[in-house]
Amino acid sequence: MDLSYSPKYEAFRREVRDFLEKNRDRAASGGIAIRLGEKDPKTLEWQRILIEHGYAARIIPREYGGYGAKPDLLERVIIDEEFHGTGLSRGIGGQGPEMLVPTLLEHGSEEQKRAWVGPTIRGEVVWCQGYSEPNAGSDLANVQTRAVEDGDDFIINGQKIWTTTAHLAEMMFALIRTEAGASKHAGLSYVLIPMDTPGIEIRPLKTMTGESEFNEVFFTDVRVPQANLVGQRGEGWKIANTTLKHERNMLASSALLEGVFGALMAIMQQETSTGVRPIESPVFRDRLLRLQARVLSMKYHSLRMLTCNLKGESTGVAGLVTKLTGCELSHQIAALAIDALGELGVLYDGSKYLRNGGMWQFQHMFSLGLIIGGGTAQIQKNIISERGLGLPREPRVEKGRN
Amino acid sequence: MDFGLSEEQRLLEETIRRYLDSEAPIARVREIAETPAGHHPALWQEFAELGVAGILVPEEHGGSGLTLLDAAVAAQSLAWGVAPTPFLGTGVMAPVALVSSGSPAQQAEWLPKIASGETCFGVAATELTSVHEDAGVRLEDGRLHGKALFVLDAGAADVFLVPLPDQSLALLTRDAAGLAIELLTTVDRTRRVGELRFEGVTPDEWIGGEGAATEGIGRMLDAGRVTVAADVLGASERCLEMAVEYAKQREQFGRLIGSFQAVKHMCAEMAAELEPARSLVWYAAHAFSELLEEASLMATHAKAHLAEIGTEIARTSTEVYGGIGFTDEGDLHFWFKRVGLDRQLLGNPTVLREHAAHLQGWTEA
Repeated sequence: MDLSYSPKYEAFRREVRDFLEKNRDRAASGGIAIRLGEKDPKTLEWQRILIEHGYAARIIPREYGGYGAKPDLLERVIIDEEFHGTGLSRGIGGQGPEMLVPTLLEHGSEEQKRAWVGPTIRGEVVWCQGYSEPNAGSDLANVQTRAVEDGDDFIINGQKIWTTTAHLAEMMFALIRTEAGASKHAGLSYVLIPMDTPGIEIRPLKTMTGESEFNEVFFTDVRVPQANLVGQRGEGWKIANTTLKHERNMLASSALLEGVFGALMAIMQQETSTGVRPIESPVFRDRLLRLQARVLSMKYHSLRMLTCNLKGESTGVAGLVTKLTGCELSHQIAALAIDALGELGVLYDGSKYLRNGGMWQFQHMFSLGLIIGGGTAQIQKNIISERGLGLPREPRVEKGRN
Repeated sequence: MDFGLSEEQRLLEETIRRYLDSEAPIARVREIAETPAGHHPALWQEFAELGVAGILVPEEHGGSGLTLLDAAVAAQSLAWGVAPTPFLGTGVMAPVALVSSGSPAQQAEWLPKIASGETCFGVAATELTSVHEDAGVRLEDGRLHGKALFVLDAGAADVFLVPLPDQSLALLTRDAAGLAIELLTTVDRTRRVGELRFEGVTPDEWIGGEGAATEGIGRMLDAGRVTVAADVLGASERCLEMAVEYAKQREQFGRLIGSFQAVKHMCAEMAAELEPARSLVWYAAHAFSELLEEASLMATHAKAHLAEIGTEIARTSTEVYGGIGFTDEGDLHFWFKRVGLDRQLLGNPTVLREHAAHLQGWTEA
């Protein structure tokens, strides 16, 4: 057990600090990575500066527009920590840079890498993910959106759902059924689809939060060149799975939990809804301390996972529980903040007397969305017990061939 | 940056587990548990030879001079095998108190005896957090009066450490004149706690001098809490392992019960609680040695949190066992009961969360 950083990394930390100090004025704001679709000049310019100095696209090879550093997990952690402290933007994130780019680097053709990696990391091209469908949720491999060959093209028909930022995206990476007659998993391919292709219709999907974080996307005779296939035909399931695990860990960051817990503590110490501050009530205090123990557990859990990754060791069953535990905890933190606020806790959407900009109700609902999305809690439990603990699979009901 | 166990610590864990598997399997635990003192001197002697008894004793006094994280790994491994040993009082709390507050002469006298397994220590720490039945020990004219309850490792102890309200830590031997010892029967038969009654007992020694053991008392309490948390961790780990093994071989409705989601989800939930909690115990143990300003809070949180999740895991694994979990012969209840005692020792979760609030300045008392 050694929680210190070696001199080499301490020097690197100073370097990051210097950079942030000198470039503060040029930075886009927003503590967490800028999400998709924001193409204002300051954001794009800040991203260019970040890539130039290796604080974005750090390990993307130079020939594809990245900084070209060797992968070094500790360097990444240090960059995250230093940026987090300043409230400056960590750069452009989301499904393009975080999911598509690693996938292309692993499975894409040379031509595809050259065409897409650079514009994506620079924020010039925004992506959305076309995986889920109305009948392919937990059972993701049941994708029914089909492509048939027509000369050098595919003609695609079907529907995707839960498509974040489809309305802002230029491109979609999608799981499409291309191999009629093949078995469920072997019939899928990974296809890149320009969103301005005729036949694509996007409808915003308003969620319980009142916002339209997602969309439905409909495909009617959408013509896409077969050259937009990533990897081989029928390899879509394997390729999609390389990035799904990454998404799950993205959904439950321990730094985020700590931040939200800090806001909860402030509520507990400042509000006086019931005549006394919640922290003075033994019952509220007990609830707060239960959650604090869990937040601390997740913080050290993430250090343990980091160490496993640094050493190249398997994270085992411990690595599989992060999404389930983290998302649940996030939901419970919001629930306690709402209770501590009492009636004030139900205010929403810009109301008078609103606390923390209304984040508690939003987060209470949005975290429930995260418990369901990216593989539901129940699917996570199947994964933990089957892959982690070695329990037998449930007998599968295969309904013939697709 | 290296958050986790070292090769040596993993080896320690493996060594203790292998030893318990071959030399103290559940059949032998059952025999020892039925003896009046619940203690088998020869078994503890063997652990002394493995270096477990002296794990926290500095090398110059014949021990291994290791850290509380090593001791936590040992506690976890001992609980994995529900080992009937006086590790908490003798292996952890007494040496921590002696190292923190004992005079050089006291250290030279007692620490080698702990490391060699020659002397076992009982610790009267319960009244530091909870007073039942008018318990409490006071000093009048140089003599101790009153009683202490739930004294740790009372069955095995040759010597007792007794903290007093004035921050004195009294040391007295089992045969001190005026001292009566009575073991209390708890649900856990693998460790014995007892009652000490003092009728004008003259302490043999004051650790560090009269009224001068503030640090020793505080440190031994923190170390004790981390150790009990590690005990729960080891017991919970074993409960989950046994439940998973059982679910892989028991068939009902023509299927292994582990293939039913109702059962596998219980197992997944146990794992999801256990894995992050493991990191909390490690961190608390590390903080005890390296991050002193965080040590008390982390020990408090670790003990409270592990007691909560351990209780759930012990219960849920019993349910996975079904009817067999409810039988004596199913063995699982040994761990269930181990966790049951651990949960209440040195402050139960509710008491400790209140203490954690106090440590963070959120309450006055």
